[in-house]
Amino acid sequence: MTDVEALVRDLVPQVLGVLVRRGGDFAAAEDAVQEALLEAVRRWPDDPPEDPKAWLVTVAWRKLLDAGRSETARRAREERVHDEPGPGPAEPHDDTLLVLFLCCHPSLTPASAVALTLRAVGGLTTRQIADAYLVPEATMAQRISRAKRTVAREGVGTPGDLGPVLKVLYLIFNEGYSGDVDLAAEAIRLTRGLAASTAEPEVAGLLALMLLHHARRAARWSADGSLVPLAEQDRSLWDTGTIAEGVGILQTALACDRLGEYQAQAAIAALHCDAASAEETDWPQVLEWYDELLTLTDSPVVALNRVVALAEVDGPLVGLRELASVPDTVPRHTAVEAWLHERAGDTATAADLYLRAAAAAGNIAERDHLTKTAARLRGSRP
Amino acid sequence: MAKYLLLKHYRGGPDRMPNCRTPMDQWTPEEVSAHIAFMQHVADVLRERGEFVDAQALSPEGTFVRYDAEGRPPVTDGPFAETKDLIAGWMMIDVDSVERAHEAAAFLSSAPGPDGEPIQEWIEVRPFLEHVPSTTD
Repeated sequence: MTDVEALVRDLVPQVLGVLVRRGGDFAAAEDAVQEALLEAVRRWPDDPPEDPKAWLVTVAWRKLLDAGRSETARRAREERVHDEPGPGPAEPHDDTLLVLFLCCHPSLTPASAVALTLRAVGGLTTRQIADAYLVPEATMAQRISRAKRTVAREGVGTPGDLGPVLKVLYLIFNEGYSGDVDLAAEAIRLTRGLAASTAEPEVAGLLALMLLHHARRAARWSADGSLVPLAEQDRSLWDTGTIAEGVGILQTALACDRLGEYQAQAAIAALHCDAASAEETDWPQVLEWYDELLTLTDSPVVALNRVVALAEVDGPLVGLRELASVPDTVPRHTAVEAWLHERAGDTATAADLYLRAAAAAGNIAERDHLTKTAARLRGSRP
Repeated sequence: MAKYLLLKHYRGGPDRMPNCRTPMDQWTPEEVSAHIAFMQHVADVLRERGEFVDAQALSPEGTFVRYDAEGRPPVTDGPFAETKDLIAGWMMIDVDSVERAHEAAAFLSSAPGPDGEPIQEWIEVRPFLEHVPSTTD
């Protein structure tokens, strides 16, 4: 990515926010911003503007008016032709938050919100987003334009609940990277931007959680491309600088004394990062945080992960008893059951369960890992 | 969002719709055209919804092939008479839920046959395994 591209991508949501606040129709304004971006990438290398944001606002606003594609834009033009701001410095106000709320509107499906956020806030092209999610560009273009129409129809409402926004950012992070776009890094960049404009501790909690996971990324894959579980990772590959940053952000968030699920998850990730070896993991503290997390979310996925921590503290038989209260429809339920039986010394049952878990795995890396574990427990053929 | 393959076999509909078991070569040209136009319509609707990934048709003339031994030509078998074992084609979609995948498959299965009646053929719905697990442990 060039310097110009990096700069304009940071400005995308701010410029879009200005246009929307001035009365531009969301869908048309988003198109206008994309066009202004293309012009910036073309012209700035030879002729850099003094105030890039003001330049983008001016150009995007002109494109929006020229296009006159929506009734709202036409109305806005008629009403505002007299008081349209001159080409001076743009409003210092940061509208990123407003645009994020629009893109993560609760009326959108998660996939639509993710696509729209990556384009309207992240400044990625439709082609890049399509490549990252392995669908044709025409399909992604439709997904984004449907999402924009929904947002334009639903309107801003009263932004305030950050929940849907954080969920969308976390979904983007979890996608990792495919194609030429590192979605995890992109999610971190967007969450950093959000954290800079709000003091809400859950935003900091999410940022810390992402950093603490991201720091371990290099250790999650072996040279042959297979998955390495946390307990077997080469911890010297962990990025200590990123871990320190994540822990610092988390501590500041926790000091606000308004606990939420992302802070609790980050606290668990921090405890793992803090252990020099798997054996040194402070499982009693991990378990305490899972108890907190369970009261915050009441999620069966959390309940399943808590069983693992419980077994580390009180042994596999206690874990197996607790597992009975977790619905067996939760993904990875069978894998956890297999691991508990392995810990309890019942390798035959464990091997059977690992095979069943492999058949139910939702992705290739996990399936292969579970299959290999079953094979290891079975031993070589006589 | 998850990707699903909608597989079309050469399998007719339920017995209570014997009409729809009529082989395609016994349809009128107009009925064949209407059927093909409907397939295109399904793809267009999925594209417009932002769910379409791919659609392909396969020739029924296929051969099974396997390795034999070093330096020997591949072993071949077929073609086979049992068309229900063959795949006619597929559609690949990217949708929000398994329910939505089933809805899309049922839509595909409603394609018109003789007299414009839905042929109600079986569509096999298979989820794709993702390549990588989520970033978190």
